[in-house]
Order: sequence, then structure tokens, then C-alpha cells
Amino acid sequence: MTTTDERPTRVADPEFERKAERAEALRGFLQALPSYAYLVFFFAIPLVIVFVFSFASRSRTGRPVLSDWNLDSYAKLFQPIVAEIVARSLWLALLNTVLCLAIGYPFAYWLATRRSARYRAVLLVLVLIPFWSNFLVRTYAWRVLLGENGFVTEIGRALGLWDKLLFTQPAVFIGLLYGYLPFMVLPLYAALERMDWSLVEAARDLYASGWVAFRKVTLPLSKPGVIAGSILVFIPSLGAYVTPDILGGAKTTLLGNYIVRQFTAARNWPFGAALSFVVLVVMLIATIIYFRTDARTI
Amino acid sequence: MNVPTHAAASRNADRALSVHGVVVFLFLYVPILLLVVFSFSDASNLSVWGGWSLRWYRKMFTNDPLLRSMRNSVVVALVSTGISTVLGTAAALALERYRRWLGKRTFDALLYLPVIIPDVTMGVMLLMWFTTINWSLSLTTIILSHIAFNISFVAIVVRARLANLDPSLEEAAADLYADRWQAFRRVTLPLIMPGIVGGALLALTLSLDDVVITSLVQGPGSTTLPVFVFGLIKRQVTPEINAVSTVMLLASMVLVFGSLAFQREPRAGANPEAP
Amino acid sequence: MGMLALAVALVAAACSSGNSGSDLESVAQGCQVDQVDGDLSLYNWSEYIDPDLVQEFRDTYGVDVVETFYESNEAMLAQIEAGGATYDLVVPSDYMVDIMRQEGLLVKLNKDAIPNMANLDPKFTGLPFDPDGEYSAPYQWGTTGIGFSYDVVDDAADLTWGLIFDPEMSAPLTGRISLLDDEREVFAAALKYLGYSVNTTDQAQLDEATALLKAAKDRVATFTSDSFEDLLVSGEVDLAHGWNGDFFAAFDEADAWEDYGYGIPKEGGVAWVDNMAIPTTAEAVCTAHTFINFILDAENGAQLSEWNYYASPNAKANELIDPEILSDPAVYPTPETFEKLEFLADLGDFATNYADAFTEVKS
Repeated sequence: MTTTDERPTRVADPEFERKAERAEALRGFLQALPSYAYLVFFFAIPLVIVFVFSFASRSRTGRPVLSDWNLDSYAKLFQPIVAEIVARSLWLALLNTVLCLAIGYPFAYWLATRRSARYRAVLLVLVLIPFWSNFLVRTYAWRVLLGENGFVTEIGRALGLWDKLLFTQPAVFIGLLYGYLPFMVLPLYAALERMDWSLVEAARDLYASGWVAFRKVTLPLSKPGVIAGSILVFIPSLGAYVTPDILGGAKTTLLGNYIVRQFTAARNWPFGAALSFVVLVVMLIATIIYFRTDARTI
Repeated sequence: MNVPTHAAASRNADRALSVHGVVVFLFLYVPILLLVVFSFSDASNLSVWGGWSLRWYRKMFTNDPLLRSMRNSVVVALVSTGISTVLGTAAALALERYRRWLGKRTFDALLYLPVIIPDVTMGVMLLMWFTTINWSLSLTTIILSHIAFNISFVAIVVRARLANLDPSLEEAAADLYADRWQAFRRVTLPLIMPGIVGGALLALTLSLDDVVITSLVQGPGSTTLPVFVFGLIKRQVTPEINAVSTVMLLASMVLVFGSLAFQREPRAGANPEAP
Repeated sequence: MGMLALAVALVAAACSSGNSGSDLESVAQGCQVDQVDGDLSLYNWSEYIDPDLVQEFRDTYGVDVVETFYESNEAMLAQIEAGGATYDLVVPSDYMVDIMRQEGLLVKLNKDAIPNMANLDPKFTGLPFDPDGEYSAPYQWGTTGIGFSYDVVDDAADLTWGLIFDPEMSAPLTGRISLLDDEREVFAAALKYLGYSVNTTDQAQLDEATALLKAAKDRVATFTSDSFEDLLVSGEVDLAHGWNGDFFAAFDEADAWEDYGYGIPKEGGVAWVDNMAIPTTAEAVCTAHTFINFILDAENGAQLSEWNYYASPNAKANELIDPEILSDPAVYPTPETFEKLEFLADLGDFATNYADAFTEVKS
């Protein structure tokens, strides 16, 4: 991700260079400062609260008690059921990410290669408009479509390919794909739109095959979009639970509702905090590794 | 070099892509069509058709708490999207355009955390934090919380755009325009615009849909539409929520296409078009 | 080490905010009937009060009512616990009154300022979640039972939890059953079938219920607390575990009384009450008392029930309610059925056992 590293040095004078470097470092810092300060104040410091809670104990009525510090909540993480829930959620998120990428990549490519800038803008907005209705209403609409007399069910029956999908795994994946597709399409579009197409043209001339040109030039160029898109789909769908519950029947626990339940019905804030904290740390490390390895292979 | 085959192959590929594009749009709009049609249903049930009627629109426009929650949602979404787009874009530029600065690595990691953290955990910690620093909960605390997660989403999308851009373009601009701000405004900003627009659209979507965090940091009178609707379905689900969604869809369409119509098409010479 | 100490201090400060209940109690003791001391900040469920009643309160007492809405008892509790906002009146469910009362988050009511308390049906005073009735006044109540299609059950009197839990009886209903997505309610159904109390803290009984639910899960189409009535009326399921008011509204609206029914299984079920209470975040304590008195007025109570189809705990109001609603056993269960109902109570530390058991069922 450090494209600036290859910038050619124009001046050889080391003293001048150091000064320029310092000035640049200052400018970078100042540009980041507002959001940096914002996230420290409204995210990093409040996060300390979660960390402290994870060592607290639970009062009889479920209020977190800041005494009797213990590691019970962390010990509870080693129950086999937690591993089962995590594995199930990982699988769901992974498959959803692959689906979103498979459907979203050609779609974003198509959007980004339309000729008129205004047409591209209109299409992009059309992708997002469905999502400015209401999340629950959209999900309920899917429940009707996939239900006993729904449109999708009737098509499947007419073709003899599938029956009612509601409350099955495929329904869950249709719902998740629907909900997370824009998270994949937007960064892909941002990466693909008006990138240096002369390179692709040159490649076409060079390799003579559109496919090879795509593989050797377009794909590497869109890699930042693929990485950002997969992160924006994978991480939130790891915590998804409302769509899987409504369309899948809520018969299995996912990481998302497991954590929510600790903060609500179970009133076990220390365990909820410990669970969140571990998820946070593990996912952060995974994300950073993912970015670093991919940055090197570009 | 075999020009005609080459062109034909690319034409075929483009046709396949167009078909795929249309299918995806159908996928995106079929539930929306259903949702809009049911908003005109006379039945009180979401999945049983009851004949055409405007009763849910009539009910909606006399339902003061609902209208107020719609207004709150629009305010929260617009303000938080505006602020987080500016902050997120600046963050993306700082990370992608400047090699080394104090605290860059930490900031890079910090930026991902709001995307990773479970909603409920973020809601709880912000609620505790606002009360610790003695801020009363209100529309403002909702907006501040939405900005806190939206900055990251905007920054990630803008970075995807920046990573691809040739820095030499900006260097040429820096030589051309004496003023850094001018160089940014005339060259860098138009170049990263698709990323900024994408990030802003994503932020708007996330803000319009958030229930969990909002329900924890809201204050008296500041309930937003999604929180209200989540509560509503605990009673009975009626097509009134379809009517609300239809109005939201219509309003956003008018707003977006209105502003697009007023925007000038960029001059062809300044923009090398896609193949 | 220093960092950690700072962090602890910070969190401790976060947890100790909010007014002290005793100050507010002395304010409450001074409140007169119909006295107002500022605008009312009402924290309530969405669509749980007739807007005309709110407007009438504004007009009568010359104060504004600022409405805020919550979608779960727990989100409301978290906000009251944190104490960062002014809410003068909340509407918690039974078990939540228990939690809030024990945590000192509720202000003791001054009953002298609420003469309409006398209108209440004695059945709804002194319930286990607020034994001395000092902290809460019932708002509306209802039951948890089974909504069904007459295709699968002939008569509400035949209802039994066996339709869900008995493998033989429920086999024909495989994939046509919905259960509430609520650990206490789901376990209440299983515990009732087994003949135990819905508030049991006996691990062996809980284990037995867990095994029963695990076995029944394969026959269940979905767990949902939000749209079970919709699933039933649209033909996705034939048997739905749920709350009476929701079913009543759906049947009435679809004009489907001939096709669907609701009842409490013969083993018994759960009764719930939502209650008005004044939290420690209150400022206009006297206005809140006046509002409680206003809702407990006979005519207003009747208007409320006719508006949202939930039963009123107000005996005087019941005299005024549309006889069609009053005579419907789905809204007002018969005295014999009422005998078999239990209220859910907070179970203290044992609540986590229910949570773990529910996770096990859903694994």
C-alpha cells in the first residue's frame, strides 16, 4: 500500500532531503489529525471501558460489578460451543464474501466501463437506492418472495429446480448477498473507474487476448478494490444475524447474536465484553496480515 | 495482430457483462418492487394482498412520532455522512500519500477497529463514555456515534481508489500549480472523486440503517426511523412501514437525480474515457 | 499499572452517574393530584399509546410530552442505568421492573398523587415482580399461548404444548411450527409441558426442558418474536407460539376468525404485564405521577385497549370496553385459564443458566 516509496528522488542534497521529509511528515500528520483525534476520543478511549468490563463480575441482576476482578469471562471462551459458533459464523462470512466477489466484480467492471460519466453516476446511485428504504422492510420482502407463495418459489417450481427456500441455508445466502453486495461493488467501482485504460489497451495489443490482458493488467490494478471490498463484506457479515435469523429460521446461534444476547437477555456484560475484545484483536491482526501480504503480491 | 477478432471478442465480453449487469439490477429491485406494491395494499398483513388502497399513506402522514423519527433519521444521515466523508477522505490521503509520520501505524490499525467491533459493543461503550464525560444523550450523540463508524468505511473506500492512482500525475500538478491547494482541487480531488462518492454513499446507507448503536445513544425525542420500526414490529407488522420506505425511496431518488441533472457533464477532452 | 487504575476509575465514574433515588422520592412525596412540574419525557415502546391520549394530556395539563421509543427492555435499561438522559416515565415489562427495582433505578411512587390506582383490578396489584406495588403501576397485560390454524387444531380447548413437544402429536406439523425467539418464553413452554414452574431454578428441570427443546427443534420452522402472527396468517406455519394481542390484531384485520384461533394450552402459559414506572433519571416527577393517574383513568384505559387490543388491568376501564373485545378469550382469558398462568420473574444469577441452555438448544 506504500506507492509513495518508489517516488524518484529529484534532489541529491541530503540536508534538503531531510527537510523535505520532515515537512512531508508534518503535512501527513496534520491531515490525519482531525480523524485521528476523533477516533481516539470517540472510539479508542471508550474501548478501554469494554476492556475493563471484561474482567468485571456480574451482579445478581446482571449489572457489571467493578470489583472481584477475574478471568472467568475469558475462561468461558474455551467452551466447545463457542468454537462451534465461531466456526459457523466464519463459514457463513467466507462463503458470502466469495459470492459477493463473484457477482460483484463483473458488475462493478460493467459499471465502471460505461462511457458517459453521468450514466456511470446514475447507475452507481441506482445500486444504492434500494438500501435507502428500510433494512427490515427489505428483509421481510425477501421473506415473502422466498415463502410458500412467493415469486422465487413459483419460478423454482415452474422450472422444477427448487421448492420453497424460506428457512433454509440458500435463503440465508440470498439475503446476505443482497445486503452486502454494495459493500463489494463500491470499493471495486472506486478502484476500477477510469483507471489507466491505456495500460489495458497496450496489454491487449501485447497479448492479443482480452482474457490474458484482463488477468495480467486489469486484475492487478483492481486489487486494492478487491481487498477493500472483501474486508467490508467479510467483517460485517461475520457479525450478521438479523438476516440469517429472519430468512434462515434462527435455529442456530451465530457470533453476532451470541454477543448481542450477552449484552441484552443474558445480562452478562463481562462475557460480552471479553468476547468482543477477542474478536476485535483477532480480526485486526487478520486484517493487517491480509493487507500486508496482498500489498506485496501486487 | 488480428483486429477484427479482437474487437468481436471484446464485443461479446461486453454483451455478457451487460446481461450480468441487468440481472444484478433485477435482483436488487425485485424486493423493492414488492415492497412498493405492498405499501398500497389494503390488508394489514405484510404477506397477504388486500386490494389497492392508500390507507397506510394516510395513516403515516397523521402519525406524528413516525414523521418525527423520519426527520431525525434524515438529519442524522446527512450530517454524519457529510462530516465523516471529509474526515475519512483526509485520513485516506494521509495514509496513502505520506510515507512516514508520527503515529501512522497506530492510526492505520485504529481505522479498522470501528468496522470490526460488534455494533452492540460499540453502542454500550459509547453510551458509557458519553455519560462519563457528562454529555446528555440527544440527536448530537447519535450523530457523533455514526461519524465514529462512518469515518472508517469512507477511508477504506477512498484508499481503494488512491492506491491505483499514479502519483506522477499529482507531481506534475504540483509543478503546474504553485499552490498545493490548487493542485489538490484541480487534479487530485477530481481523480479520487469516484472513491469519495462511493464512500459517502456507503456512509449514508449505514447511517440510515443503524438500529443497535442508535438505540443505545439516543436521547429524549431523538428516536430515528430504524429504531422506531424495530419497535413497531414488536407490536404488529403492517404495510405502514412499506409506505414509509416508499416515501424514503422516492425522496432520495428525487434528490439524487435532481442534483445529477444540474451537474454539468465534464468536457470530453479533460477526461480520457473508458474503452 | 497506572493506566489500568485510570481506566478503572474512568469506568467506575461511568457506572455511578444518575440521580440518587432518595432525593427524587422526597420530591415525589410532595406531589399533589394533577400537579405538573415541567414537560414530560416519556420513554415507551413504539406505537404503544394512542396519540389522541397524548394530545389530550398536553391540552389538559398545558405541558408538552416528548416521546422517545425503545425496541427492547434491555436497551431502555442500559440507558437508565447509564443515566445520561432525562426520562420521566418508562414502560418496562414485569421481569424488568424486578431488575430495575432491585438495582435502585426506580423512584417509589406517591400513591396519594395517583388516586386512580383504586381503579385497578386487585389481580394486578402486588405481583411478584413488585410485591408491595410500590414502584410500578400496570399499563396493559396479555398472555403467551398458541395461535393456530383450524386445519390442524379443531378447538382452542384441545390445545396442549404436546403439539410442539410430543414427538408423535407434532410429527404432522413438522416444519409448520414457529416458536418465540426468547429464551424465557421458549423454556416456559417446555417447562409447562413438563409440569414445572416457568421460574424454576432447578438445574435438573432446566436440563430436561433443554433436551425436550433440542428434540423439538427439527420440527420447528423458525424462532421469531416479531412476525409469528404474519407467518400464521400468510400460511407459512400452522402453529405459532406468541403473544395474544398480536394474534388478535392480525386475525381481526384479515377477517380470518373462521380460519385461525388463539388459546392457552391446558398445561398453562405465561402472563405478562407492562408497567409504568418513574426511573431515577426523572426530572418532572410530579408530571409523571399525573400521567400515571391520567392513564389509570377508566375512560382513558378503555380508549387505550380499544386502540391497541391489549387487555387492561383497570377494572373500571373494563366496564367501558367494547363487549366484543372483553368477551374474547384471546384478549381476556377466562378465570379458570388465568389460574394456570404464571408471571416471569427475574431469576438473578440463574438467568445465565437459561441463556447458556438456549445457546445449547440453538447449536
